[in-house]
Amino acid sequence: MLAMFFWAFVIGGLICVIGQLLFDVAKLSPGHTMSVLVTAGAILSGLGLYEPLVNFAGAGATIPITSFGNALATGAMQEVQRHGIVGVLTGMFEVTSSGISAAIIFGFIGSLIFKPKG
Amino acid sequence: MANKNKNKTPEQIAYGQLEKKHELKRPVLKNCIRAFWVGGCICLVGQAFTYFYIYMFNFTEKTAGNPTTATMVFLSMLLTGFGIYDRLGQYAGAGSAVPVTGFGNSVVSAAIEHRTEGYVLGVGGNIFKLAGTVIVFGVFSAFVVVLIRTVIMMWGGF
Amino acid sequence: MPGKSQTWVFDNQPAILSTGVVGGPFEKNGRLVDDFDRFFEDLWLGQDTYEKAQQKLIEEAVQIALKKQNLQETDIQFFLAGDLINQITPTSFAARTNAIPYFGLFSACATSMESLALAAFIINHGGAQKVVVGASSHNASAEKQFRYPTEYGGQKPPSAQWTVTGAGFAVIGPAEENGPVPRITSATIGKVLDLGISDPFNMGGAMAPAAVDTIERHLQDMGRDPSYYDLIITGDLAKIGRSIALDLFRNKQLAVTEEQFQDCGLLIYDESQPVQAGASGPGCSAVVLYGHLLNEMKKGRYKRILLVATGALLSPLSFQQGETIPCIAHACAIEYL
Repeated sequence: MLAMFFWAFVIGGLICVIGQLLFDVAKLSPGHTMSVLVTAGAILSGLGLYEPLVNFAGAGATIPITSFGNALATGAMQEVQRHGIVGVLTGMFEVTSSGISAAIIFGFIGSLIFKPKG
Repeated sequence: MANKNKNKTPEQIAYGQLEKKHELKRPVLKNCIRAFWVGGCICLVGQAFTYFYIYMFNFTEKTAGNPTTATMVFLSMLLTGFGIYDRLGQYAGAGSAVPVTGFGNSVVSAAIEHRTEGYVLGVGGNIFKLAGTVIVFGVFSAFVVVLIRTVIMMWGGF
Repeated sequence: MPGKSQTWVFDNQPAILSTGVVGGPFEKNGRLVDDFDRFFEDLWLGQDTYEKAQQKLIEEAVQIALKKQNLQETDIQFFLAGDLINQITPTSFAARTNAIPYFGLFSACATSMESLALAAFIINHGGAQKVVVGASSHNASAEKQFRYPTEYGGQKPPSAQWTVTGAGFAVIGPAEENGPVPRITSATIGKVLDLGISDPFNMGGAMAPAAVDTIERHLQDMGRDPSYYDLIITGDLAKIGRSIALDLFRNKQLAVTEEQFQDCGLLIYDESQPVQAGASGPGCSAVVLYGHLLNEMKKGRYKRILLVATGALLSPLSFQQGETIPCIAHACAIEYL
């Protein structure tokens, strides 16, 4: 368990460093950077490389935004196996729904109870 | 850099070089170190929640990801609403933007900001102002990747 | 420099009769605290939206300026002002409140000097007896429109600047007292310059050439040496823009000294405040001029100031469309005579 914590810290940190380099060296905006990372996650997932990373680093691979791309691709791939090519469309949000639902729900709740502080 | 100069006059190119000399350089190493440790810590918290859900609520390693993500987004709602996440972002840069809490922050901050335009057009219409691009490119790239993979597999690739 | 004169000389030397300068909580922790008439405790000013709060800033500053001269809105013939927000709504809504015939102006952070130059021309040529001018900005309304929601955890680079929450307004008219008063003696209207900078987090770098161009043109049109002025002060070039401008002066062999060349964006905040390269916003030059600089003139520290307000004429859309940032600088010469 301790090893998992260590690797979660290291791998998660490294993915964030990649993001920081995209900010500072490539001078990309946050929107561009996140899009690059999420696309990278989808590509790694398609190549079958993201799953081993999750097994190795746990939250270090599931917490960064790259895992969102992985979740979308994995969901689609699972549906394709079950129902053929239409699964590319139907399976997309299967695995990842909690992240988006949570964001919308808590975003809306946030707007009900909080005022921006500037 | 070279193709940025394509449409520029010689005067603009010369000024660009002068301007570069005076620009305050970004502290890349310092930013990377901060991004590393803050990002790492957020992932540690995520790992702790994952184990919490596995051992306390009988989720499996595969299914614990969902409540963990939801919890992290909830935490980012609190930090954003209390005005802490923007300070964290200035300090940690990608360390706070890359984790899913950064995604949550982008959604919650847009929602909170646009309440002044009403819940329907303001909050509803602007909530994905920043996060929309991640969702669009995530879905589209997953679509392309899986399509290509499926086609290759159909033709006896894997 | 080729081309016709861009400078107006005001023979009747209209005076700045009174001023109203208000700021927000961040400005209250800055360096020019004693030169503000009033501070507000938070960014909302008791209003529902940031835009209404900015409107309130304007209304307060105008009221303070009027009260100092025992004037009512009905004594004022024209209101010339502007801000950064889309369609300059905070200023227009404040004009709705004060019901003074209104010229809505926009040149981003150069609006303060655009309004002062036009007002001086109007007064000088008898187009009015009293005019109110000024500019304002609000940190949160500007961030919301141009950058990101205010609670978003985006990281600003060291070249970024902090938009001032403040409004600086003045009553302009023919001088009424016998003693010396701050007078506008000339004004130079700038041309739009674009030297190819496209980073919206680097305003100073984009605006410096426009400031230098207007200063050079002013000195040439007036046949003056830079040493005529005790202070040549830009609106919001901040650290990067100022050091570039000094370099450009050297290249053009203009004898502007480092001591005489200051920037409002570097004066207003304290070193300890997290403002990266310095302050910006239409309110920046307005609050510093109508508060601090005029006070210093009355104390005898400055007799002749050239205030060069600088503006970056971009929009969030133009940036997304890959455009570079065209800039402008307007200058007014203010002398204590």
